[in-house]
Amino acid sequence: MLQVEHLCFLDWGPLSFSVGAGQCVGLSGESGSGKSLLLRAIADLDVHEGEVFLEGKNCVDYPGAAWRGSVAMLAAESRWWFDSVGLHFPEGDHEPVLLKLGFPGSEVMDWEISRLSAGEKQRLALARLLVRGPDVLLLDEPTANLDPRSTSLVEEVISEYREEQQVPVVWVGHDEEQLKRVANTALRMHGKQLEESW
Amino acid sequence: MKIIELEPWELSLAGVLVAALAACTFSARLGVTRSLLISAVRMVLQLSLIGLVLRELFEARQPLWVGIIALVMLAVAGREVSARQKYRLRGMWGYGIGTGAMFVSSFAVSIFGLAAVVRADPWWDPRYAIPVLGMLLGNTMTAVALSIDRLTVSTWQGREIIEARLMLGETGRQAVSDFAREALRSGLIPVINSMAVAGLVSLPGMMTGQILAGNPPGDAVRYQILIWLLIAAGCGFGMLIAVRMAAGRLFDERDRLRLDRLAGDGQANKLIG
Repeated sequence: MLQVEHLCFLDWGPLSFSVGAGQCVGLSGESGSGKSLLLRAIADLDVHEGEVFLEGKNCVDYPGAAWRGSVAMLAAESRWWFDSVGLHFPEGDHEPVLLKLGFPGSEVMDWEISRLSAGEKQRLALARLLVRGPDVLLLDEPTANLDPRSTSLVEEVISEYREEQQVPVVWVGHDEEQLKRVANTALRMHGKQLEESW
Repeated sequence: MKIIELEPWELSLAGVLVAALAACTFSARLGVTRSLLISAVRMVLQLSLIGLVLRELFEARQPLWVGIIALVMLAVAGREVSARQKYRLRGMWGYGIGTGAMFVSSFAVSIFGLAAVVRADPWWDPRYAIPVLGMLLGNTMTAVALSIDRLTVSTWQGREIIEARLMLGETGRQAVSDFAREALRSGLIPVINSMAVAGLVSLPGMMTGQILAGNPPGDAVRYQILIWLLIAAGCGFGMLIAVRMAAGRLFDERDRLRLDRLAGDGQANKLIG
């Protein structure tokens, strides 16, 4: 269970909501309405006021890096800093998740970053996040660069992880149809406040 | 063997060369004529002045005066380091980290060289202490300025990479480690390169000076070797300290990347993300 209480950053807020175990909250709003900033504040990447709890334990009681290891944010645009895909992954066998995301298998680990398409980067960024086994997923438009087939693969992989691991998910997206598919409830960022959407 | 004394009118012959260069840069509209002339005049005045100061200092042989001169040199070097930054750390940090790193490395290494290697009597004898410290500060200044600048610029440009690494649960230190390594490398490479060609391509200034002053080349070479080893150590340790402290300052206690702690280019206040 992820609880956000009276979160304030810049001139947004106070914002409060909670996401239960295995639940998904859809978050929509116009560009620049502060959806990404909200995810960044929850991941404790930006200075903020108010509190966030994971399973009742306050964010400030975790070291910063440990919190982000648990409350994992997937940025809208993925960044890669080593030459090959595999160097961005922890040790281990990641074949299952790669197959589910439509990749041929572990050979992806030897691919060069410079030859990846935008869509491949986005799916690999999700894989790189999930193999670390986070306890919360904060997803910033996880299917923005994807074709319909990849979009449904990504939706399936996320739903499966959410249900198997019983993790809370916050899904930022523009596509109302998609949010209805993947989320249990939805919030809307409007005028620097959160409104219940449905 | 006595050195041939140089008279002011003889020096002004060399000055004519710079004046000719200034005439060229002026007609080519390079926009550097003014600063070329000003820096040439500054160099002449500063060196003449330091000549007088050193003469007094060598005669007085007071540890207090040696200490004061050393601190003035450090303060100016610290100012120079922070002036060379594209993005400076706000507050006293911008000045303090570079100056602190040079204080620790240059001073410690100089004292080591003077007290353990040269063993002048007393070890702070200004005739040895001031030139050694000056050589060290001059070189560490460049190295420290270069490495901090490289770190802050690459952090600024690579902020999305650093934040992507933070999002995967890395600490600030881990997330910035590749940039910090690169910054250290870029600061050390000039030192390594100039040691590698010493004597083959360039005759170092200190050695040249000693040889011109009539000292046997063997002595001049041994002093130059000492100075160069001290410079390599001073630059290396100075940069390690400076980059480590600057990298630490770029993150807060929650391991957030704090680019708002950098100022520069008039866009440091822009919202990030």
